[in-house]
Amino acid sequence: MIRRPPRTLAEHAPILFPALMLIVFFVIPFGLMIAVSFFRRVQGGFYEPDFVLANYERFLSAFFGNVLSFSLMLAGLVAVVAVAIAFPFTYRLVRLPHPAQVRWLVFLLSVLSLSEVIIGFAWSTLLSRTAGITNLLVAVGLMEAPQSLSPGFGALLAGLVYQAFPYTVLVLYPALARFDFSLMEAARTLGSSPARAFFTVLVPALRNTIVGTVIMAFVFALGSYLLPQLLGRPQHWTLSVLITDQAIYQSNMPFAAAMAVFLVLVSLALVGLALILGRREGSQ
Amino acid sequence: MRSATIGSVLAGLLALLLAVPLLVVAGVSVNAKKTLSFPPQGFSLSWYAEIFTDPGWRGALVNSLTLAGLSSALSVLIAFPLAWFLWRWKAPWARAFEILGMTPFILPPVITALGFLSFWSAIGAYGQQWTAVVSHAVFFVTLPLVTLSLGFAAVDRSYVEAASTMGADDRAVLRTVILPLVRPYMISGFAFAFVLSLNEYIVAYMSVGFTMETLPIKIFNALRYGYTPVMASVTVLFVAITAVIFGLIARFGDLPRLLGAWSKSD
Repeated sequence: MIRRPPRTLAEHAPILFPALMLIVFFVIPFGLMIAVSFFRRVQGGFYEPDFVLANYERFLSAFFGNVLSFSLMLAGLVAVVAVAIAFPFTYRLVRLPHPAQVRWLVFLLSVLSLSEVIIGFAWSTLLSRTAGITNLLVAVGLMEAPQSLSPGFGALLAGLVYQAFPYTVLVLYPALARFDFSLMEAARTLGSSPARAFFTVLVPALRNTIVGTVIMAFVFALGSYLLPQLLGRPQHWTLSVLITDQAIYQSNMPFAAAMAVFLVLVSLALVGLALILGRREGSQ
Repeated sequence: MRSATIGSVLAGLLALLLAVPLLVVAGVSVNAKKTLSFPPQGFSLSWYAEIFTDPGWRGALVNSLTLAGLSSALSVLIAFPLAWFLWRWKAPWARAFEILGMTPFILPPVITALGFLSFWSAIGAYGQQWTAVVSHAVFFVTLPLVTLSLGFAAVDRSYVEAASTMGADDRAVLRTVILPLVRPYMISGFAFAFVLSLNEYIVAYMSVGFTMETLPIKIFNALRYGYTPVMASVTVLFVAITAVIFGLIARFGDLPRLLGAWSKSD
């Protein structure tokens, strides 16, 4: 088969449908959203074409600043905790026998694809007064009376880490699965302990992967929009929740769009950084 | 040896921690009365029956399954020609569409959802059920695109060469050589998109939230009005469907490879 540039119209034809679908239903909606972010809101939940910066000016308010800094702090915390657990876990996972590895992957994928609604419901049940783990602690005599642990910051953090953990493992999985473990064996043969080989050989060799994964987990956590509503209090609402709230309940599309554009820029910059880091390591 | 034991204990503990919220929900779902209590008081499967007997829940289940089936089929239809084109022809410019197909999956979902909300309202189709199918198909096109690209990369080009020497044209090669080879990848791409569409909330909500209830939307709406044990039984049903589908992918395909364990040259 000769792989050359397509010439005739017939040779180009197959890409027509996918290209059209992606342009009409992704590029145009995306562009429209950017346009709406400059539109002027009119009373009654509508907006009209205009070019105003008022929607972006609202970013300068103290309220928005608080939401933004809380979102970034929360996503950062979730990302670091998730990677700290997922990295040693994935290191073990890739060296398990094939069938055990597959069982774990099925389990992780199942948890990963669970709806946020379901994760939020499951955690709020787990942390509730009537059906939660505190009942277990009461039963073994560690606590006097069952109590509710949700909503709260701890509950939110637990839910978000639970959601981000499988994602983090799957981002780390290819890099660790392809890692040449003979390097670690060499370190072991030369007398270093398993922990020392882990921290002095594996971690430095995959430094860029780890940083890249923290960034990907950060962007993933930034996207959570239901858990803060289900497991947190109103002061724990993140940028994603605020966007949904403005778009649906406050009917302020222009402001929601402006925040979304901002979120896109932050996410794209971070993902770009993660890709560059990943590529640099791949070429080494 | 000792560190290996500690490792397995920790891994076991982690598995337990991941399973615990779901186990509690499973326990709650068999309560005899309409209470949220764990350990369950009494035993009853009536909340599972109610998913199918209550018109509201059954309707939501049917909506979700229909949406997931149609949208994942459409996303395979979008991804297949694109992945094939990229593999068949030397066209660097077409990579732009590949990147475009990956983007919605990487960005926070609320962004894609908001894009669709403004688009559907602008063209006056907001709330119509087919919009959810298109939205999900575009949102999840990444998954069949990734699995199909892996599938095409695994096709040995000398087979194609042999077939064309024997006089097969592009169409015949596609039908008799390539399609059978990439079919497992196509099916897993479909299955990934199906499961994620089944569980997706925000894009569906912003396209058809006020006119059609999918199961995640129904659960969320029910959560706001208080507790009903059907939420627990429906959750268990969903976890079971999800696990079965991924189990099937693993049974018929190479899951570690699909998730990138080996490089293309292997």
